[in-house]
Amino acid sequence: MGYATLTQPTLKRHPAIKLLFATGPSINTRLLVAIIASVALLITEHTSQRLDSLRASLSILVDPLKYLVNLPTILIEQTSDSVRSYSSLKNENNKLRDEQFIDKTRLLKFDSLEKENIRLRALLENSFKLGEQLLIAELLSINTAPYENIVVVNKGTRFGVHPQQPVLDANGVVGQVFRALPFSSEIMLITDPNHAIPVQVNRNGLLTIAVGSGQLNRLNLPFLPNNADIRPGDLLITSGLGGTFPSGYPVAVVDDFTPMTNKPFVNITATPKAMLDRNRELLIVWSDTSPVSLGTSTTTNETNPEVHTSTPPPKNRTQHETPENKHTGETR
Amino acid sequence: MMNNYIGSGRIITTIIMAMCLRIVPWPGFLTGINPDWVLLVLIYWSIAIPERVGIFHAWTIGLLTDVLTGRLFGQYALAYSLVIYICLIMHKRLRQFPLHQQAFFIFFCLLFTQILLFWLKNIQNPAQLHASFWLPVFTGTFCWPFIYTVLRRVRLSRRTK
Repeated sequence: MGYATLTQPTLKRHPAIKLLFATGPSINTRLLVAIIASVALLITEHTSQRLDSLRASLSILVDPLKYLVNLPTILIEQTSDSVRSYSSLKNENNKLRDEQFIDKTRLLKFDSLEKENIRLRALLENSFKLGEQLLIAELLSINTAPYENIVVVNKGTRFGVHPQQPVLDANGVVGQVFRALPFSSEIMLITDPNHAIPVQVNRNGLLTIAVGSGQLNRLNLPFLPNNADIRPGDLLITSGLGGTFPSGYPVAVVDDFTPMTNKPFVNITATPKAMLDRNRELLIVWSDTSPVSLGTSTTTNETNPEVHTSTPPPKNRTQHETPENKHTGETR
Repeated sequence: MMNNYIGSGRIITTIIMAMCLRIVPWPGFLTGINPDWVLLVLIYWSIAIPERVGIFHAWTIGLLTDVLTGRLFGQYALAYSLVIYICLIMHKRLRQFPLHQQAFFIFFCLLFTQILLFWLKNIQNPAQLHASFWLPVFTGTFCWPFIYTVLRRVRLSRRTK
């Protein structure tokens, strides 16, 4: 309906004449149609997923704007990269090389430990999920919803991103994919008031849920009793319950514990481990839906070259587009 | 009336620019007070050339804004078409108003939009909102004279053939 009337006024008729001989439905009818259409859309989208394809096709029209707005940030970044002095690049290079060396050494034992874990779990007849695939997505520096903790990244359904996928960064869990569009996707941060993530205390396995507070540096743990064994400084990791987030990733550190004797629950706040306000690059994770039994290796996603698999850690991590590779590539 | 005829290209360009301004990441506290540029531009065009900018245009642009800002489908479409309806009905009076009186009218338009969005948001999931949710109404009102002057210049500048 909207499109039809959009094209109509371009008829080769002078607008003055058009005004004299006003055609088409009256303004009240038009308003009524518009209201009915909007309300129908609102109700349909609120109750079902049927409009996702419409949104995806409309977003192709609108997404170029997001990239356009993001352009200055990229330009500034690139110029600052290219005018950096040799010594600072060299320092950064050295630092990254050291970091990579340490990480690699840490990962040496990881492979055997993982195999051992699978074997032990097989003994217990317990399934074990592993073989997560990662995709690096870059944040678009645009601001769509200032009152919600939602960010937009530059990878969408074209890269196989789908809603409810977990999103991480180098330090911890960032959030989950809220809506995937063809060329971009919206990510709800763990600190959004509408977001809750099942966590457990790393020290003793105490299970609870961390709810977003609306502030980027705070999570609330509202469901713990007064006598819960939890202390400031405790690390909270994902418990894997609920199935959205893979288990074992760091989420937050408990920083405040105020027992309230007159109430059944304590008020505990935690600080997210991920740098929610400083990140430019995020990792979108595919966790394999089928649990792995003993000895079988997971199949990698060969159709998508940008999806990196991290299953055999030491070998493939080096093929990642690490910041080090990027910088050395640019200086040459 | 001849002067009123301007190319659709100019209208579309201004609206695209308004959409860009809508999602630009402003530094610091400016993020929270970024006014609804798209609606302001739409209001201008609907007052200046009501025969060219109708309710369905507003509805379509509202739908695109919904997609752009990741809202539920139809929120901005509904709000924009209602506001543009009021503007279309009152456009003859509004043209006679001095700028500050127009700004007063714009204030109520923006306030109406924000209340509508707030209400729709509350229906979806009731969540407490920061008081700064209402600030864009005021900044939008203060931006109106600026938008009016700029867009008037765009409209009256010589038509490219």
